[in-house]
Amino acid sequence: MKKLVALGLTYAIIQILIMTNLISDYIQATLVTICINIILAVSLNLITGFTGQFSLGHAGFMSIGAYICALITMRNPTVYGFLIGVFAGALAAALMGFLVGLPTLRLRGDYLAIATLGMSEIIRIIFLNLEITNGAAGLNGIPQFVNWTWLFIFMTATVLGISNFIKSSHGRACISIREDEIAAEAMGIDTIKYKVIAFVIGSFCAGIAGALYASYFYFIKPDLFGFLKSVDILVIVVSGGMGSISGSILAAILLALISTYLQSFPEIRMVLYAAALVAIMIFRPQGLMGSRELSLELFGKLGDSLKSKKGRV
Amino acid sequence: MEGLLQQVVNGITLGSIYALMALGYTMVYGIIRLINFAHADVYMIGAYVGYFCMTFLKLGFLPSLVIAMFVCTVLGILIEKIAYRPLRNATRISVLITAIGVSLFLEYGMMFFVTANVRTYPEMTGIMARSLKLGNIVVSMQQIILVSITIILMILLQFIVKKTKIGKAMRAVSMDKDAAELMGINVDSTISFTFGLGSALAGAAGVLVGVYYNTINPLMGTVPGLKAFIAAVFGGIGIIPGAMIGGYFIGAVEVLVAGYGNSMYRDAVVFAILILILIVKPSGLLGKNTREKV
Amino acid sequence: MTILDVKKVTKSFGGLTAVAKASLKLEKGELVGLIGPNGAGKTTLFNLLTGIYTPDSGTISLYRDSQEIMLQGLRPNKICNAGLARTFQNIRLFKDLTVLENVLIAMHKNVKYGFIPSFLHLPSYKRQEEELINDSIELLKIFNLDDKKDELAKNLPYGEQRHLEIARALATNPSVLLLDEPAAGMNPAETAELTRIIKEIRQKFDLTILLIEHDMSLVMSICERIYVLDYGMVIASGTPEEIRSNKRVIEAYLGEEVNNA
Repeated sequence: MKKLVALGLTYAIIQILIMTNLISDYIQATLVTICINIILAVSLNLITGFTGQFSLGHAGFMSIGAYICALITMRNPTVYGFLIGVFAGALAAALMGFLVGLPTLRLRGDYLAIATLGMSEIIRIIFLNLEITNGAAGLNGIPQFVNWTWLFIFMTATVLGISNFIKSSHGRACISIREDEIAAEAMGIDTIKYKVIAFVIGSFCAGIAGALYASYFYFIKPDLFGFLKSVDILVIVVSGGMGSISGSILAAILLALISTYLQSFPEIRMVLYAAALVAIMIFRPQGLMGSRELSLELFGKLGDSLKSKKGRV
Repeated sequence: MEGLLQQVVNGITLGSIYALMALGYTMVYGIIRLINFAHADVYMIGAYVGYFCMTFLKLGFLPSLVIAMFVCTVLGILIEKIAYRPLRNATRISVLITAIGVSLFLEYGMMFFVTANVRTYPEMTGIMARSLKLGNIVVSMQQIILVSITIILMILLQFIVKKTKIGKAMRAVSMDKDAAELMGINVDSTISFTFGLGSALAGAAGVLVGVYYNTINPLMGTVPGLKAFIAAVFGGIGIIPGAMIGGYFIGAVEVLVAGYGNSMYRDAVVFAILILILIVKPSGLLGKNTREKV
Repeated sequence: MTILDVKKVTKSFGGLTAVAKASLKLEKGELVGLIGPNGAGKTTLFNLLTGIYTPDSGTISLYRDSQEIMLQGLRPNKICNAGLARTFQNIRLFKDLTVLENVLIAMHKNVKYGFIPSFLHLPSYKRQEEELINDSIELLKIFNLDDKKDELAKNLPYGEQRHLEIARALATNPSVLLLDEPAAGMNPAETAELTRIIKEIRQKFDLTILLIEHDMSLVMSICERIYVLDYGMVIASGTPEEIRSNKRVIEAYLGEEVNNA
């Protein structure tokens, strides 16, 4: 119940701010980026943080969603076209996730990382050379259908869906793979099936994120979805805590804010980013939240401790 | 026929570069099971050091090469000490992410200092500017020198690994780190040495590329680095002769695809080879399958 | 009635033959021991039975509901679903998960809800989850671990970790349970408790148990039959008395102190 209220409030507040023009276009763009990154980070977290499969190709799935959706909405610029575009994009990305996942998910950690990186690069090169995607010049003038409402719906659906999945027995099966794959198999878990499932769910959501990106920023090109983008998402997941959904959400918000602040120093930004990444891995590899979740109970506990400190009134 | 032979010459040249870089990847992976993403950027820095030596210090080719190799050796050892050693017992994902971080740090740090603009190596004069004509095939002296230097370095490497005490230590540590330590081997120095060795080769590759292809930029390492790693995997990661074979194989494939197929898909073919190898025989051409003891 | 029939199973690694034409048979309800010197191939045999390794030759048959299921070549999860569960010599608990979660994961095959209910947390999901949790807690009670259900597995004392290993294997509802050195590192009091638990679960869950152990007092006291493995071969089998006086076994493994067992 508390959750629904919090969600409803969040939606309403921001919606009001937008409608009364209190939020500038620039901040709106940042908000969109944050929501898209939340979807990307939570879905990558499912694959890498919860199931322990190291994927460096998440941006590839995002690009599939983006291009498919763009191509559909450009030919069918209606809300229905947009929705079909999003789901078609997500399904295509999920299919790719299945095709990529099936052969490569039996590889060990670092090999899997390189394989997913390779797949993502192959996807990018294909998009770079196809006529329909307009090659390096990319697609411009994609109809914009994304507004706060759609963004909120898709973001909430993805985060809640994945969060619920994790709590279920299927989610536990995925987590057991991360913990000890051999023991998991011995306890009857079909590890191959669940690795692929995590991959497919993750890539489906990445496809959604890509479609949303295309339908807001109205311009996409293959280089936007390269290795650097995959690393971007990975940084969010790692700094939030691999295995913590709330960590990913927090990190997405924080990193977007930091990014905006460093906007005026573009060269230094990446250097600081990279240095921060190394520092996090050495000094606090569990990121912000480790594998714990931020819950409203935590606020309750904080409140209690504050009350007891203040003493009786 | 001559076109093919010309391509073979080009392939051998390119393959030498990949082989030099692949050696660094394979040695580091063999000893601490890390894909050193930063290796490609050590190569880039080698190229820049060479550029600096030749352009501003007006040094000749060989002195620049040696200085670049030396600087890269130091750099490689430093990176290991600062970024990888604290994570010796961390999860593989953690170290991999750190390697990515170091790589980005070097790339963008370099961009900050020298800007993203492309720099051009000074014109080579004298013997370096000549070429031989064998029938209709042109072989430049640069190509010959490049391949010769590569072969000399590889022979030197084989000598170090097979015939010296430190080489034996390297092999021992790659097989079983703890056992090697118990035998009195200084694991830390051995690992540092391995990094230094691999980085020296990368530095050499950087200078050779600068001379041969002329232009350098801070992001020049990314794609060749990936291909060199794929070469190492192809030949058998952790196996030194494998890296050499892999390097020449990938070089040949790339040149042939660009020459006879579609050069657009040149890179995609190399990645596809990677996927294929990982699916069919992840241990690579010369590799053996090792199982986890349960 | 035979429940597990292992016929001439062989496994080599490179030039080393770890298990050589080993055969053994388990009758339903038996408690059988598997002993032998270190490196004899006992754990390798367990790994062959549970699908972690595939035998080079030989067959492994599990009998369930009068049907024969050939286990060799199957993946470990399929073998577990067929009814063969195991514990590991070096504890392989899900260390960073709670005691309850460790057991819940092993209960996965009882789950009937699909993916949609798990995304949406439908009532069918909620009902089944409650059942699973209750069943898991009941199981933990046998091992006195129910009050520690929210404790992280890695924080449990060693003896309780070993108990949790067994509880987790039991949660997969096996008909045959393979225990790999369950008493390793335990003191006499803990071993006595373990002995009691093994007897209790055998009876309560109608199990057939195959037990690898070095602790001869445990083996001799509860095993009805014993197989002896040496250099990958079965060199003897029989009752504890027969094994105790078997010259080959004494030479290879037991030594002269066997009278103190």
